[in-house]
Amino acid sequence: MSQTASEPLLAVEGLRVHFPIMRGVVLKRQAATVRAVDGISFSLNAGETLGLVGESGCGKSTTGLAVLRMLSVTEGSIRFEGHDITALDKSAMRPIRRRMQMVYQDPFGSLNPRMKVADIIGEPLVVHGLAEDRAAYRERVAELLRLVGLNAEMGGRYPHEFSGGQRQRIGIARALAVSPALVICDEPVSALDVSIQAQVVNLFQDVQARLGLAYLFIAHDLAVVRHISDRIAVMYLGKIVEVAPRQELYRRPQHPYTRALLAAVPIPNPRVEAGRAHQVLAGEVPSPINPPPGCRFHTRCPLATAACRVEEPVLRELSTGHHVACHLAG
Amino acid sequence: MPLLEVDGLTTRFRTERGVVQAVDNVSFDLEEGETLAIVGESGSGKSVTAMSVLGLIPRPPGEITAGRVMFEGRDLLELSDEEMQEVRGDRIAMIFQEPMSSLNPALTIGLQVGEPLNRHRKMSWTESLKGAVGLLRKVQIPDPASRLQAYPHQFSGGMRQRVMIAMALACQPKLIIADEPTTALDVTVQAQILELLKNLTREFGSAMILITHDLGVVARYADRVCVMYAGRIVESGTAADIYGDPRHPYTLGLMASIPRLDEDTQRRLVPIEGQPPNLAALPPGCSFAPRCRYVTDRCRSERPALEAIAGRHMKACFANVSNRV
Repeated sequence: MSQTASEPLLAVEGLRVHFPIMRGVVLKRQAATVRAVDGISFSLNAGETLGLVGESGCGKSTTGLAVLRMLSVTEGSIRFEGHDITALDKSAMRPIRRRMQMVYQDPFGSLNPRMKVADIIGEPLVVHGLAEDRAAYRERVAELLRLVGLNAEMGGRYPHEFSGGQRQRIGIARALAVSPALVICDEPVSALDVSIQAQVVNLFQDVQARLGLAYLFIAHDLAVVRHISDRIAVMYLGKIVEVAPRQELYRRPQHPYTRALLAAVPIPNPRVEAGRAHQVLAGEVPSPINPPPGCRFHTRCPLATAACRVEEPVLRELSTGHHVACHLAG
Repeated sequence: MPLLEVDGLTTRFRTERGVVQAVDNVSFDLEEGETLAIVGESGSGKSVTAMSVLGLIPRPPGEITAGRVMFEGRDLLELSDEEMQEVRGDRIAMIFQEPMSSLNPALTIGLQVGEPLNRHRKMSWTESLKGAVGLLRKVQIPDPASRLQAYPHQFSGGMRQRVMIAMALACQPKLIIADEPTTALDVTVQAQILELLKNLTREFGSAMILITHDLGVVARYADRVCVMYAGRIVESGTAADIYGDPRHPYTLGLMASIPRLDEDTQRRLVPIEGQPPNLAALPPGCSFAPRCRYVTDRCRSERPALEAIAGRHMKACFANVSNRV
């Protein structure tokens, strides 16, 4: 493996993922481009959790899929465990996928209803040829079931016999089957009830403590992201606007969008809420087909100046590990 | 006299797995202008409670088997479908979670917002459309006159929910029932919609039943709270009671299981163990007993009634639990 000691597990540089919008039936032509992810850079160390937050359409899920190479990259580079994986073909990606897995949002749609749970969890072992024989396979599946808090006997059942929280555990067990170094989690708890959410959040933390893997944790719930992440990147309209260690981001948010997001989240305590100013961010997220020039947030920013409308701010480091893309910050 | 008095409401559904008691002996009341939140997880019966009050339970498979819903001196459960249609959209309005499926995709925004005025206020269509412009302005839709001819698909999710609010407020209802009104929306848009709803209900003097699973939203907007679990109210009180001094193990469990922006991140979440209840096979005693850490033999055989602790603070639990020392 060519990864050096100082190199992060995952390094994303200048990533762009654009989707063409085609018009016409016979003479197809590209009418417009959705700039879903438009030039982002970040890195993730082994064993670390990076939270990726933002509202719908900000590009956070697209980023996750591009890192897994399930979407084609328009521009930029993705380095994983020391390899540039940006342009690898399908067969070259296969061994990489063993090291990089995904947990999806919908625990109902992401499990094959016709497969027994043991086969769902064991399938990656077969695909990657990781089980020596039938006995080793069965033992590994049972171990994985126990790891995520299910009984080994439950492997004989079908997904519909499980509740949402249990299905998410099955999805986690499947991701862990191949012993990945990185798990990309796309809204893994947002479909779950509050009382079940905490079970799954704790499971993610326990698994990380035991296996030392890294998470790219994509979610819109800021409280959950803050709880689970070491560092957090905030996305808006295809760009990262702020990255910081979690305490720093919540205590000293520098970007006006980060501040607005934090202010919009109600805190479950009426006494705290009564003392909070409910300043509401006006407007809605513009279309990624034709994003505003300059700073993409300027159309909704309460502080925007003439410069913000023309000149695009770059991410710059204000204090150790705290990066902000705003002309006015600092 | 309270604006709305729900007493012993019980709603059942016939399903393939047997009869499901979705709402079981639920009682609460609501004063004029007050906001009551009904909180609970999926299957807790919060939406079925709202649909029962609105007379929107599909029959069959649903059936309201017991209870009274007193509103402005009448029992809504005694009204005919035609009489109930006169109440809905006029005295009681509703806002649902998914504005795309509650707006008619084939009708213009103007026709849909003007319809309650035409129907209940007997205004001409010219007058109703003029009223619709005023309502759209109230919900802060820019350039409302030009949007009358637009169709719902031309609006964003947040704008559609504004249209729903405009329709709900058209006849200045005494009561608005909002079922997860912002769950499908992004957090900054959710804040816009909830602020709008709060300000307009205040301006119009409407009371609101806010149905949600989000304990943060409840803390920000509700005067009083009912916590539901498996079809029953397990605790109710003022927002200060429920958050400051929760007394039912389920409420305590919910509070401990959510990560909060205003607290130490090193704290490990304390989940409620076990799985959500199976409504078709509830235990004979307290429905929460299988997941409760304070369970005793009595809880497994006997069902605790909702009883007062102090003032309007009530709980349905035999144990005496509290997070206060």
